[in-house]
Amino acid sequence: MEETQANAAGESAEITTAKAVWQVVRDAFGEAVSELDANPFMPFFEVLERERWRDIALFMRDDPVLLFNYMACLSGVDYPEEEKLGIVCNLESLGKHGHKIAVKVKCEREGGAIPSVAKVWKTAEWHEREAFDMYGMIFTGHPDLRRILCPEDWEGYPLRKDYEVQETYHGIKVPN
Amino acid sequence: MGLLDANISKHNVLVTSVDNVMNWARLSSLWPMGFGLACCAIEMMATNASNHDLERFGIFPRSSPRQSDLMIVAGTVTMKMAERVIRLYEQMPEPRYVLSMGSCSNCGGPYWKHGYHVLKGVDKIIPVDVYVPGCPPRPESLIGGLMKIQELVRMEQIGISREEAIKKLDQKSLDPAQLIQGERKGALTT
Repeated sequence: MEETQANAAGESAEITTAKAVWQVVRDAFGEAVSELDANPFMPFFEVLERERWRDIALFMRDDPVLLFNYMACLSGVDYPEEEKLGIVCNLESLGKHGHKIAVKVKCEREGGAIPSVAKVWKTAEWHEREAFDMYGMIFTGHPDLRRILCPEDWEGYPLRKDYEVQETYHGIKVPN
Repeated sequence: MGLLDANISKHNVLVTSVDNVMNWARLSSLWPMGFGLACCAIEMMATNASNHDLERFGIFPRSSPRQSDLMIVAGTVTMKMAERVIRLYEQMPEPRYVLSMGSCSNCGGPYWKHGYHVLKGVDKIIPVDVYVPGCPPRPESLIGGLMKIQELVRMEQIGISREEAIKKLDQKSLDPAQLIQGERKGALTT
């Protein structure tokens, strides 16, 4: 098994490749990306200059060494103590290099915006709509940013930590 | 007592009341609307399929509310769906019946506390005749609920309201506890 093989430094092959991947991105974008968090479950780095997130995404998709051709997931996260919202993108190079990495992007909690990568990975279009629906961050450049699960006239963003459900919806009582 | 239990051997003549014939016809062809909302719908489909064969009771799903007598609310009613359920109910011709299937449509089920998106019981928006408990209910339970709807139809008469029919049904109902006790005793002695 590839995962269980460890090199001389005692780290798994996955972390070694994640470090190499991160180094390629760091060399191209410098301080726009954070240090790599080399945890054994899902190594990730954060995009610190979020206006460059789309360029980084495009680079990660098309660079011949990286070829992250598959976005496995894009999730939203609420960080109330930092006053921030964020996304976590799980990327994979499917059928090419086979490596995986996660990328985090954060924005302000109120009225924050993150560049959309819907044009980079088509998968991101509905995932970003869902993150918008549940957390309320704006994805700039998204082709069709509407709520995807809740009704379009729903009030509030249900997965925020401080969410309070509305009393009625179209005259129907919501909480029990 | 069912109509067919009566003795009709003499020249195929049967004397009964119009109410009886009407009710027999109606309860023998209860057509539910073919729609499901969640996992209960899977169980409802299994009940419709050959193993449990609802068609032996004349119950056959229709694709249009205009042709349906019965609405089986099978599954989680979200706030988004609630308005559609009202609209479908209003499109059904009277007399119409509603069977609420499973915990979600009975009371919100597992979404009772934290499900911001779930209606806490379909009876908040439309009148429900029979509740079938379970998560999801087994086909036998659903058939039990449908039998209850049939009993309700049997109690109806021209000129009496649904409430009065339900009252009549209540007076006729048996406490199943004694029956179950009796069956258990019988099983133990043999």
